[in-house]
Amino acid sequence: MTLLARPWLWSWVAALGVFIVTIMATSGASTIGLAQAALTFAAFSVIVGLGQMFVITLGPGNIDLAVPATMTLSGTVALKYMAEDNALIIPGLLIALAIGVAVGIGNYILIKALRIPPIIATLATSFVIQSAAIATNRGLRIKPPALLAEFSTGFSLGIPNLAWIALVLTVAAWVLLMRTTYGRRIAAIGQSLPAARMAGIPVDGTRVATYVLCSVLAALCGFLLSCFSGGAALNMGAEYLLMSIAVVIIGGTAVAGGNSNVPGIWGAALFMFLVVSMLNTYGFQAGVRLIATGLIIIAVILAASGRRTS
Amino acid sequence: MRRLSPDALRLALPVLAFVALLTAVFVLRPNAMSYNGFHLLFKLAVPIALATLAQMVIMAVNDLDLSIGTYVSFVACVTATFLVDQPVLGWLILLASVGVYAGLGVVIAWRQLPAIVVTLGMSFVWAGLAVLVLPAPGGVAPSWLAGAMGWKPPLMPLAIVLSILIAVLAHLLLMRSSLGVLIRGVGGNERSVARAGWSTLRARALAYATAALFAIASGITLVGLMTSADANIALRYTLLSIAGVILGGGEFIGGRINPVGAVVGAMTLLLAGSFLTFLSVPPDWQIGAQGAILIAILGIRVLLNRLEAQG
Repeated sequence: MTLLARPWLWSWVAALGVFIVTIMATSGASTIGLAQAALTFAAFSVIVGLGQMFVITLGPGNIDLAVPATMTLSGTVALKYMAEDNALIIPGLLIALAIGVAVGIGNYILIKALRIPPIIATLATSFVIQSAAIATNRGLRIKPPALLAEFSTGFSLGIPNLAWIALVLTVAAWVLLMRTTYGRRIAAIGQSLPAARMAGIPVDGTRVATYVLCSVLAALCGFLLSCFSGGAALNMGAEYLLMSIAVVIIGGTAVAGGNSNVPGIWGAALFMFLVVSMLNTYGFQAGVRLIATGLIIIAVILAASGRRTS
Repeated sequence: MRRLSPDALRLALPVLAFVALLTAVFVLRPNAMSYNGFHLLFKLAVPIALATLAQMVIMAVNDLDLSIGTYVSFVACVTATFLVDQPVLGWLILLASVGVYAGLGVVIAWRQLPAIVVTLGMSFVWAGLAVLVLPAPGGVAPSWLAGAMGWKPPLMPLAIVLSILIAVLAHLLLMRSSLGVLIRGVGGNERSVARAGWSTLRARALAYATAALFAIASGITLVGLMTSADANIALRYTLLSIAGVILGGGEFIGGRINPVGAVVGAMTLLLAGSFLTFLSVPPDWQIGAQGAILIAILGIRVLLNRLEAQG
């Protein structure tokens, strides 16, 4: 396979192009600042996107709509538990992750036991989770522990700490997907569920693990996002529903499942952030910005489809 | 005993769930059993039912529209502004948006694109257009519209009359016309429709245009009821409409849809909200309880399907 045929390349090319156009507007004044902001915000999209990618790889109809609600609940509960105390950071993180595990298992029980299509099952659980988050939050705005706030807004070697975390998770996801039996099983199920079952793959176990993985990553992202933004808000997950799906698809993962693309998620996440900042830099108003974002998503999908058929 | 056909069985469950919820509401609040009670309970039924039907038409061709909520909001914004001051231009804008929907259908069918992602992109576009048309909440309903939606017919509240009318029309259009057969055929087996000599491109375009018409009716009636609009007025319709279709016995794939069921499903979801208020469930838990009701009804459906398979 030549470099040009690699699907992840295009999201990177697009991100780089938008980056250059944005810098041109400021004649290079804010290059480093923009790059750092892009890496920080892309990190959040990458973390939820990785989880969503595993789920989408499982095949048609597999999408986790509970991602935003899980983010909100884990951020809210963890911050409330830690109560600004540095000593409670580790248990707080564990609580956030435990919420992710519980949500993932809950989702799968509905999908399996009630045979509800995943979209509806995760939609129904997201209602329940959102309610739990509202009940816990009650308009409180608890700050994260000082140490955690400092870490999540800090830099190491000039790169935001959050981007390092996302990078480590990305490498782990790539290894998991490409180099382990579990990853190959996900792809096999996505390509053909009956064939995977005939081949003796433990379909149910693999699918449970995938839904749990997605919820855990969403919970982790919620935890980090609430620390980064100085507190949990009830609507903080809202934009990440569309974002998590968009970065996966723009990144070159097949929407029909069975074929995922890890490096593309980074390109797509940077691209999505940079498009908005480019339009901001050029002084477009909110409405025009939204329209342009939508048209660009569609254009990328169209370009990607041309690549596949040719 | 004569066995019910599978389609009738599919419709029976949402109807039963609806009747059960309605009975529960009457037990809790006997006052609701009146003209005014029905009027208040189902006031918002018409726009929700229409949005659900729009989603159902898209689902009939095996696609999913994640932009219904933003599109209905856009239509509402146009209705509350252009349709008041410049009706001709307003109707042209709405007509053009139907063209956009038909175009989406063509592009999706032609390039074999995933509808979820294309409509995801479109949801940004409609949201942006809505903000441009109506930057801050406001606008007014055209006087003819506010008058029509405020009409109180004898015997039954307008919302009930319109819901029944919509259900019957949608049934005739999708289950009894050749257009409906074509649309459902594409969902059932696209290749066989193509082999039989129809254009699947045209079928998808027609399906998307039909969905747009339902969504426009939803946005217009919504403004008629609320008498003003804002760019976020109908965002929750995207998820509500999917839930309503599934609740009403529709499926994600295979062109299996049920227009009457979808209307009943939408009304059931609406009623669930009132039911929970009457139960004095704290507002915090209302969304959650709605989710739980959805899960319960779908669980019963699985149980029935299993019994059917055994018997």
